[in-house]
Amino acid sequence: MITLKDISKIYKTKSGEITAVKDVNLSIKKGEIFGIIGYSGAGKSTMIRLLNGLEKPSSGTVEVNGQQISSISGSQLRQARQKISMIFQHFNLLWSRTVSENIAFPLEIAGVSKAERAKKVKELIDLVGLSGRENAYPSQLSGGQKQRVGIARALANNPEVLLCDEATSALDPETTDAILELLLDINKRLGLTIVLITHEMHVIRKICHRVAVMEAGRVVETGEVLQVFQNPQAEITKNFVMQVSGTKESKESIEQILVNYPTGKIVKLTFIGKKTEQPVIAQIIKEFNVEVNIVHGNITQTTSGPYGTLIVQIDGHPNQVEEAFKVLESREIQAEVIEHV
Amino acid sequence: MFNQLLPNVDWQDMWEATYDTLYMTIISTGVTFVLGLAIGILLFLTSPHQMWANKIVNFLTGSLVNIFRSIPFIILIILLIPFTKYLLGTIRGVNAALPALIIGSAPFYARMVLIALREIDKGVIEAARSMGAKTSTIIWKVLIPEALPALLSGITVTAVTLVGYTAMAGIIGAGGLGNLAYLEGFQRSREDVTILATIFILIIVFILQWIGDAITTKTDKR
Repeated sequence: MITLKDISKIYKTKSGEITAVKDVNLSIKKGEIFGIIGYSGAGKSTMIRLLNGLEKPSSGTVEVNGQQISSISGSQLRQARQKISMIFQHFNLLWSRTVSENIAFPLEIAGVSKAERAKKVKELIDLVGLSGRENAYPSQLSGGQKQRVGIARALANNPEVLLCDEATSALDPETTDAILELLLDINKRLGLTIVLITHEMHVIRKICHRVAVMEAGRVVETGEVLQVFQNPQAEITKNFVMQVSGTKESKESIEQILVNYPTGKIVKLTFIGKKTEQPVIAQIIKEFNVEVNIVHGNITQTTSGPYGTLIVQIDGHPNQVEEAFKVLESREIQAEVIEHV
Repeated sequence: MFNQLLPNVDWQDMWEATYDTLYMTIISTGVTFVLGLAIGILLFLTSPHQMWANKIVNFLTGSLVNIFRSIPFIILIILLIPFTKYLLGTIRGVNAALPALIIGSAPFYARMVLIALREIDKGVIEAARSMGAKTSTIIWKVLIPEALPALLSGITVTAVTLVGYTAMAGIIGAGGLGNLAYLEGFQRSREDVTILATIFILIIVFILQWIGDAITTKTDKR
């Protein structure tokens, strides 16, 4: 569906060249929700704009929906853009138009007749849950409602691909979840391919199937979301995973426990999928003569199943602790000893 | 009673002069709006990172605007006498004032248009481009509607300035209230005519400002 080949993007500025994207190769499947995560300045904004030709690569090719976006221009590119729509962090609605008129805008661009526009707009307003607000102006809407208008507007021309540029970054956590639910629903119902960029692992966790991690213009890691959560490779990915697993906040409590109980081992257990439901801790305590002290626990849902982390202190005779570890391993639960924080 | 307070006022002349002032103001404001808008949009679109980014066109247009904006209006009128004569065959009458009025105010308004367009959220233009909009669609459906309140308050200011310019144009015999105040009031020392002409001009300015403010408020949905 989407293929990026050897993409580099270099901006020429007065103070020299800036490499925004470097040697990126990616392929995104049809119907997939693909997330690109990175801190600000990592090159994500440039990446997503390469997909609809708002930016042209300095080298490499971008293919979306069977068309070489990187080499077409003029009316061909404008036609292609009608099938690759985009939503934005700051919504970018026209304040001079009502909700209905905003949603009708892309239809006007596509040359759809007035009667058909009205019909389509009504459908979309129902789809995003804005019935009754048709004649409101953007200034009268909340952030979440504005993004709903943004989504309806993006869906107007029945696109194949939806690009989300930090679509939830300006929203509060609850609204973020509602918007993410809506995107997930649209993906399932319309089979739309969604590419989103974000700096929040929470967003990736909640709706993405696959993720690419960006740092300094490069993609440093790609993979299934669950796999990346379980086994992050790059340092930056580990940091992002910590955002969600909450291990960052538990650092202090671990430090405290390391001081208070110098004898035991602090272990981080990672559970994936069905394994999250096993009563493994109880079993260890029963079977072996060890004490288990729970420091921190967390479980989160991803699109491909639950993901949990548990930080425990295991104390007892070294042999017994060793045996306990073996049981954990046999259950395919990742156990990682934390010695220093 | 009026005739006692204003012994020298010829009402026929007064109304004619008011009509002339209104005529010059309205026509020149209308043309200035269209011309200034076009120049302002050109300046905006040819500026760096915009859709028609073009250093040369931007520099030349910007320079012309600055030059005509900098010439004092009274001097501009004199400079434009040969041009007006060529265009209309005469330098007398209300129509003869129009070229100077328009050339004097369009660059001024173009600057205001540019400022108004720069205030538009860049993201909205980007959104329109991402939908596959042509530049002409962006001009008509994004730039103008989104900048409309600022464009309208700008043209109101310009219209008020133009009322002042018409009075100056009166010096070269264009007619209007300025001409009347100068010829009748000043040169023949009939103060009552000057005062009444001033009151009429004030009324015109107030009405223009009131209409402008009302429309601006009505269009602003932010």
